[in-house]
Amino acid sequence: MSRIWVWAELQDGKPQRVALELLTRARELGEAEAIALGGGAAAAVERLGEHGARRVYVHDDPVYDQYIAEPIVETLGTLIAEYQPAVVMFGESYSARDVVTRLAARLGAGIASNATAIDLVDGQLRLTVPWLGGAIIGTATVTNHGPKLVYLKAKSYEAAPNGGAAEVVQVSTSVPASARRARVVESVVQAAEGVKLEEARVIVSGGRGLQGPENFGMLDELAGLFGGAVGATRAVVDAGWKPYSYQIGQTGKTVKPDLYIACGISGAIQHTVGMKGAKTIVAINKDAEAPIFKFADFGIVGDVFKVVPQLIAEVKQRKAQG
Amino acid sequence: MNVYVCVKQVPDPNAPGKMDPATNRLVREGVELVMDPWDEYGVEAGLQLVEQHGGVLTVISMGPERAKEAMRKALAMGAERGVLVSDPALAGSDALATARALAEAIKRESPDIVICGTESSDGSTGLMPGMLAELLGWPQLTFAKKLAVGDGKATIHRQTEVGFQIVEAPLPVVVTVTGGINEPRYPSLKGIMTAKRKEIVELSVGALGLSADQVGAAGAKEQVLDLAKPEERQSGTIASDEGDGGVKIADFLQQRRFI
Repeated sequence: MSRIWVWAELQDGKPQRVALELLTRARELGEAEAIALGGGAAAAVERLGEHGARRVYVHDDPVYDQYIAEPIVETLGTLIAEYQPAVVMFGESYSARDVVTRLAARLGAGIASNATAIDLVDGQLRLTVPWLGGAIIGTATVTNHGPKLVYLKAKSYEAAPNGGAAEVVQVSTSVPASARRARVVESVVQAAEGVKLEEARVIVSGGRGLQGPENFGMLDELAGLFGGAVGATRAVVDAGWKPYSYQIGQTGKTVKPDLYIACGISGAIQHTVGMKGAKTIVAINKDAEAPIFKFADFGIVGDVFKVVPQLIAEVKQRKAQG
Repeated sequence: MNVYVCVKQVPDPNAPGKMDPATNRLVREGVELVMDPWDEYGVEAGLQLVEQHGGVLTVISMGPERAKEAMRKALAMGAERGVLVSDPALAGSDALATARALAEAIKRESPDIVICGTESSDGSTGLMPGMLAELLGWPQLTFAKKLAVGDGKATIHRQTEVGFQIVEAPLPVVVTVTGGINEPRYPSLKGIMTAKRKEIVELSVGALGLSADQVGAAGAKEQVLDLAKPEERQSGTIASDEGDGGVKIADFLQQRRFI
């Protein structure tokens, strides 16, 4: 069986959820193996094994966290040359994009970017790739010789443990000085409070129609009633009303909550590509022609400043009545 | 300081895009073509560097002859000159082939810094800049929401999932900038007039020492097999607010058992 690799990005020493999602898929396609580089790598083995990695290549040298992309590319390049995996999967993140692009140029490999599904048909890679913000769904393959690189969107698969245990392969490659260039001087956490957007079952999201950062308070209140989280569009983030961690869409997060309440959001494809997977969508917008109404399960054409406060009062009242 | 900014001519992102089912490529005919609005942040960042440190801002692009029209926008904003890599052999290039062509063109100049947007608004793959950095053999500073240059190095605030990192790298370096980095200026009338006279150097694949099988459709490693329309989500009940919009939504949520 061919080796299917997943680069398991670590954050605070823990594997990112998307790596577990991809391993869940990788174990169906072949012999799933994970690569964990950086602080906490050894401790990550257990979770990666639980999600299907038969083997985890581990190196917990802090150099991988201290410099952007290049140390990881060096080591991945060496490991790929040695073990010749059929496919190397990367889950959507900033660092993954940095790593996969450099690596592709080094290997002369093609990349299918932003894929939402991966398959092997008679040994040929088949990728589902949404283009133009999801207006068109393409099927693509990668034709270079040797290992194929794939960059997949988060939430393409659901992470499901299968109770396995992984064998540890200790990596001892030393990273040359030439790869220690883009140095991380400081890391600053500006965490969004409360429930994480990616994990929220209910998301209340605001667009430019909210008119200013001061008006997001009512969205916080509404989300709070459902134990949910607040999101935002790119326009809101670019305007500086909310930090980037709130951004949903093409250049932000992909979310699939049970309920998505879009407030003052017109529904440009750059945004909807990140939230169309929601099970139920409710929209409030003053423009009856707003594209969001074309796929909302329930929509109110009206003023968010009137509708949202009334909705909050109604939800509170009905919850109190139990 | 020699600053280079990569720009791309794209179909106006505010108009819906189409793909040609015969060639599996973006239709660029009959749609208005513009400089990618996301590149404006890169051009602005480059202009600010040149204003602070002196030097020349060159805008660089790959595309057909008409891509010059998009480059004129950057020249009107204040870039001094342009370099366009243009050749029929480049049609159908994937990200790696594009990076290869741009890298060869850049190697012929003497840049201190190359600035790109994080991704284009048409392809949105975000693959090119990292590939460019690797092919040039330079470090990369990516997803910058702040950029400063001094003492032979560049320092950025790099966007992360949970906040940001302060990252520095020695020049020359490839930097990608996010939309939050600045407020791009509008070209002045004088800028628009002088842009017409500014030089755009054109380079062919042969002039770059590349062979035709390294670029274009022949060199592309990503292949599109099929295109389809996604299943459209059906629209549900849409009603106008008649003073009871919030009540109606609450009814709907209760019916769906969210309350």
